[in-house]
Amino acid sequence: MKKILINFAHPAKSHSNINKALRKVVEELDNVTVNDLYANYPDFMIDIKREQALCEAHDIIIFQHPLYWYSTPAIMKEWLDLVLEHGWAYGSEGKALQDKLFFQAISTGGDASTYQKDGYNEFTLAELTSPYQATAKLCNMTWLPPFVVSGVHSGLPKEKVQSHAEAFRRTIIALRDALFDIELAKQQEYLNSDVNRVIRSV
Amino acid sequence: METFLLQFFIFLTAAAISVPIAKKLGLGSVLGYLIAGIVIGPFGASLIHDVEEIMHFTEFGVVMMLFLVGLELKPSLLWQLKMPILGFGGSQVIITSLAISAIAYYFLPWQQAAAIGLILSLSSTAIVLQTLQEKGKMKTEAGQSVFAVLLFQDLAVIPMLAVLPLLATLAISTGGHHDSALYDISALPHYLQITVTISAIAAVLIFGKFACRPIFLMIAKTGVREIFVAAALALVIGTSLLMMMVGLSPALGAFLAGVVLADNEFRHELESDIEPFKGLLLGIFFISIGASLNFSLIGNNISLILGLTAGLIAIKWLVLVLVGLVFKISSKERALFAIALAQGGEFAFVLFQLAKTSGVLSVDIIEPLISAVAISMFLAPVMFVIHEKVTQTSQVENKEQEDDTIKKSDHKVIIAGFGRLGTDIGRFLLSAGIKPIILDHNAGNISVLRKLGFEVYYGDATRLDLLASAGASSAELLIITLSDTHAATQLVELARKHYPQLKVVVNARDREASFEFMDLNINEVYRETFGTALNMGQAAMKQLGIDPYEAHRLKQIFQKKDLEMMPELYKQRSEEESYISLYQKHHEHLEELMNLDHNECLIALDKAWTAKNPEL
Repeated sequence: MKKILINFAHPAKSHSNINKALRKVVEELDNVTVNDLYANYPDFMIDIKREQALCEAHDIIIFQHPLYWYSTPAIMKEWLDLVLEHGWAYGSEGKALQDKLFFQAISTGGDASTYQKDGYNEFTLAELTSPYQATAKLCNMTWLPPFVVSGVHSGLPKEKVQSHAEAFRRTIIALRDALFDIELAKQQEYLNSDVNRVIRSV
Repeated sequence: METFLLQFFIFLTAAAISVPIAKKLGLGSVLGYLIAGIVIGPFGASLIHDVEEIMHFTEFGVVMMLFLVGLELKPSLLWQLKMPILGFGGSQVIITSLAISAIAYYFLPWQQAAAIGLILSLSSTAIVLQTLQEKGKMKTEAGQSVFAVLLFQDLAVIPMLAVLPLLATLAISTGGHHDSALYDISALPHYLQITVTISAIAAVLIFGKFACRPIFLMIAKTGVREIFVAAALALVIGTSLLMMMVGLSPALGAFLAGVVLADNEFRHELESDIEPFKGLLLGIFFISIGASLNFSLIGNNISLILGLTAGLIAIKWLVLVLVGLVFKISSKERALFAIALAQGGEFAFVLFQLAKTSGVLSVDIIEPLISAVAISMFLAPVMFVIHEKVTQTSQVENKEQEDDTIKKSDHKVIIAGFGRLGTDIGRFLLSAGIKPIILDHNAGNISVLRKLGFEVYYGDATRLDLLASAGASSAELLIITLSDTHAATQLVELARKHYPQLKVVVNARDREASFEFMDLNINEVYRETFGTALNMGQAAMKQLGIDPYEAHRLKQIFQKKDLEMMPELYKQRSEEESYISLYQKHHEHLEELMNLDHNECLIALDKAWTAKNPEL
């Protein structure tokens, strides 16, 4: 069984149904650790040693967050700036994250169609998340496309929320139990574009 | 009695008139005293007699001065300055002494030439330090070098006091120094004499190290200030008596006592208690020097004395330039270094006096030399002014460079009051490398804190003299953590009046106290329980299951809004009704703002979160 770390960043999570739901369905799973950054570091004083130890103890690292201004909430950037030290995460001596799996679980306000070349936002999520792809590459991690829940602003119906949560739960369990077709997932636009295809049945 | 009081009155009046005038003219207090002496002396208004006797009595001011020099000399400071002290100071004193002695040897026997060389190698600590401080030059390279040399000279005085009597070649006219009113040890066999002498020194060291603290602690606990002054004086006088009894210089004893007490928490208190006595005695001593200047002699030998003065300044200046060159002081700084120390010093008066009474030099040799020293001291402030005029253009650049090199440890901070609040502030600053000077009034508290390694001094911070000896004139920041609002406002007023450069950060007991400080135009006011209250509130919310980040934001919002309404409340505080309604209005507004269910500030976060597509 693989160990999974979910670095969770939402500054007003009590107001976000989708993030609450996604978190709730995976929180209690074996070998899954949810690390709530805003709750642990309300004053942004990130404990670098603790965070590095957490990363070292897990095989898969997930950033779960809403898309703020085409990027992450502020604390996640602080996390990247401080935790990914030279000689630990990258550089000739920095091999701590080597071969770990990395992806983002993102909720977006706008509909999926707005994140297209001819859509309202003009850039695709693959393009917008390219800094994280580059980060994963520098740290010798295996990058996967983001798990995306879009259209949150128009208000997701309850069933929609539930189906997203279920897909997330299945994805996490499959990754944990090595039932996930990583090579196939890499070729998809989103990790959850077609959950049934990438998850192998036993 | 009446004649004594009259004499005393004349001395004090002369000082009170002439010192302020001399200071106004930029000449320094020492010159003021000398001029006062000339005016009331036999060549002026001829108002005083028995000058010799007064001089003899007030020489004790020198003993006190050395006690204070000793107090200033923490072993750590000595160690830090060991190179410049030994290097600059040692070479200056030795080379100057040799040069002057060599010239004097043409005219006089070697003992007398050596005595003159030693005496004239000294410069004027009083004039130079005061002038450098007034001009803000102490922190410069030249300032530090000058300080090192003066320190060496102050130390060199002690062996000089001991050695001078050994150079005696003349018959001693008056009975003088070796008389002891208490007990004459010269009657004892030789080995016992040495034993007694060594035990006397050991007694001073041991008493200072071990017995002083408990005694002062006990006295401090009584809270009767004059008893503390009495004990301090008794300490200095007692040490001097003991030293005289065993045939040693009282100045040496006082100096030793000072050094032993330099690490003591009562240091600043002792300093400020002895200081006025020292000042007064030295002042009168300088007046009597002025009064004893023999003008008919100067008039008759005007060319000789002016020649001596010019020669003295020239030799000292040359030696200093040489020392500066050898030790690689930069050229600009070297000019100031050489100018600053090219004069005779007040110790010359003391040493000439001793040379006279112990039969080393005769009066007709001493008088022209004393006159030359005095004139060179007159000229010292003038030379500073000339140096300043010449180098004025290059000074602007220098200042800018100095600012860059200020380290955290160079910041001078005074903490007044070291109770629970002060202790935490002190720990915080220390951990950041800022070393505050801490004053507290609770003697029991201090001994505990000292054991924990804090540099705490006993004393009432609201006393001006104690502030002064804690270094308020050169300090940058005063942190007040006194719980007594009245004492704290007093201290603020005192600091504002005497040390306008001091920034003030103050703790207020409550909102009322804050207003009192705001009355005094202090912006950095912190209510002592406010921070803790908010931290506890935040912790409470967390315990109630409120999201930690929301609790943190709520605390920040509350703190900010509360501080924002302070100025408005402050304006309304005298009118009770409008104050209360204003307070309520603000409070309602805050409640609305912070309401957990529709919290504006947290909703703002929701709104912030994404590029919403308005068309969808």
